[in-house]
Amino acid sequence: MAGGKTTFESWSARLMVRVPFLWLVVFFLIPFLIVIKISLSQTAIAMPPYVPVLDLAAGWAGIREFVAGLGLDNFAILLSDDIYALSYFKSLWVAAVSTAILLVIGYPIAYAMARAPRWLQSVLVMLVVLPFWTSFLIRVYAWINILQTDGLLNRALRAIGLIDAPVAWLASDTAIYIGIVYSYLPFMVLPLYATLEKQDETLLEAAADLGAPRWQAFWRVTAPLSLPGIAAGALLCFIPITGEFVIPDLLGGSDSLMIGQTLWTEFFSNKDWPVASAIAVVLLLALVVPIAIYQNLQMKNIEGGS
Amino acid sequence: MRRGFAPWADLGIRPLVRFEQVTRRFGAVAAVDGLSLDIYEGEFFALLGPSGCGKTTLLRMLAGFETPDKGRILLGDDDIGRVPPYRRPVNMMFQSYALFPHLTVAGNIAFGLKQDRLPRPEIEARVAEMLALVKLEGLAARKPHQLSGGQRQRVALARSLAKRPKVLLLDEPLAALDKKLRAETQFELMELQARLGTTFVIVTHDQEEAMTVAHRIAVMDHGRLAQVATPPELYEQPTSRWVAGFIGDVNLIEGAVVAADAGGLAIEGAGGRRFVAIGAADVGQKAWIALRPEKLRLSGTKPETAGENCVVGRVHDIAYLGDVSLYKVRLDDGATMTASLANASRRLDRAIGWDDTVWLTWTPDAGVVLTR
Repeated sequence: MAGGKTTFESWSARLMVRVPFLWLVVFFLIPFLIVIKISLSQTAIAMPPYVPVLDLAAGWAGIREFVAGLGLDNFAILLSDDIYALSYFKSLWVAAVSTAILLVIGYPIAYAMARAPRWLQSVLVMLVVLPFWTSFLIRVYAWINILQTDGLLNRALRAIGLIDAPVAWLASDTAIYIGIVYSYLPFMVLPLYATLEKQDETLLEAAADLGAPRWQAFWRVTAPLSLPGIAAGALLCFIPITGEFVIPDLLGGSDSLMIGQTLWTEFFSNKDWPVASAIAVVLLLALVVPIAIYQNLQMKNIEGGS
Repeated sequence: MRRGFAPWADLGIRPLVRFEQVTRRFGAVAAVDGLSLDIYEGEFFALLGPSGCGKTTLLRMLAGFETPDKGRILLGDDDIGRVPPYRRPVNMMFQSYALFPHLTVAGNIAFGLKQDRLPRPEIEARVAEMLALVKLEGLAARKPHQLSGGQRQRVALARSLAKRPKVLLLDEPLAALDKKLRAETQFELMELQARLGTTFVIVTHDQEEAMTVAHRIAVMDHGRLAQVATPPELYEQPTSRWVAGFIGDVNLIEGAVVAADAGGLAIEGAGGRRFVAIGAADVGQKAWIALRPEKLRLSGTKPETAGENCVVGRVHDIAYLGDVSLYKVRLDDGATMTASLANASRRLDRAIGWDDTVWLTWTPDAGVVLTR
């Protein structure tokens, strides 16, 4: 029956749309609503360590009491102490600087990969992805080994006579940047490679034909055409770096707190779930803007269709 | 074609482009092999040949994307063999058009002008002029992906003409268009070339296209020139069997020259049949008479006229093409000859049908005598 088939198809099509939607509801929206709820609660010495807790058994009165117990006090706390603002600023700053460094390092790598012979390209992509085969944590620990006072880097620098005394790399912003740039490089290189690789090389011939030497052809053709890749790579790096916790915690100094560390401290050391949740909510709102820009660019890219 | 335009026949005129013994190898293969060629100012010149014959390599050497391994390429008096593409007064229209997808139509056309740092009003005026030239006024703000194939082709043409190049190179410029649009565009290209007077060099594998647009055609084979001639010369006076077969259909009669005098040649073919033809060859030399199908007369009765060449055979295939019909005639010795007859009347029945015995006749000057 034709009708039956159509029904089945539309039913399965609807299911296809609903699966990711459901996924987002269950694993993102509901947890996030819980976090928002906690951020509006008060700390308490209890389990869970906050009030109010919704008591549905009490009926309407319970709900009324629950709503009355919610408030914006935690957000006021975030405003009252400079440490939160400083942490946010520090995180955004580190993310911005790291993203810039990643772009400067990642672009030439992606460009060279895209211009390499076909057979070599798959090997190079493999090499870029290869570090993922080792645990992220272990790779960051390896950097502690490299950067410590009698570590590889200091020994190498001393051996070639660049320094006389070992440099304290660890517990510094430099170490944070090294760790972040190292860890996030594939996220910058891969989207850039993807856009550069599909660029038509005749366009460069056309540019040369019209009078543009290589360097200018790059700036007038290759660079503008790789903007979607730059945007994708930058946001893919910027957003997670802003919330980065492991790298600054292991490689950075205790005096330079990024927002991830501040959040961790509130949650685990101070056991202040509501404030930690408020920090998370504000962080998410701060990142919604770049995410929205990214989405917008993606849509334009799809509409552009080239 | 302008009447009397034949700079190649005038010894007083120097060529605009001159290839001197140019060789370009890719590995062991010589894509262009010791080739010499002159192209004159104002010419519409076609490079024609099967794929892999080296025509595109020749064009790319003129554009500067390939450098000759040996020989010189002169533009006017300058050796441009090693000049990079961005410093040549030559522009190319690419087969894929190679339009910049991030720029508008106007931006694409202005690309080379901006590169030359022309003043802004001049750029705008030139872009408007080019848009008018290719009849794309009003589409200046569109992006390439918003255009049809034919419109894109025009933008590519406008962009390559915007810098007023000394030579415009066209690499299979019409290959992506459908047949009807291609035929229209061929005439537009010719008109444009005549109006601008710019030297055009076109690469094509389509012999009809080359015959339509070009003043002269260089037929290439395996990196060498097979023949350089005007379209009528190429068709009526091919210099080799290969060219005769590449341009149009041809019947070849193999034989040996048995007599030669000022009036012509006597050629003896298989089975002792004798033919007379006009041409130059030595007695005893192997020769071929190349006959175009439309030069043959087909008759159902034995012709009376003497002094003409005549063969007899049976019709074994007829192809009705509308304007003409092709008759494939099998001779007694097994060879097949094709004759074409214009369908001048509207009659649906044929005077000559399958398996009829027919006589093919032709005058001594109908065929070309080829010795290679």
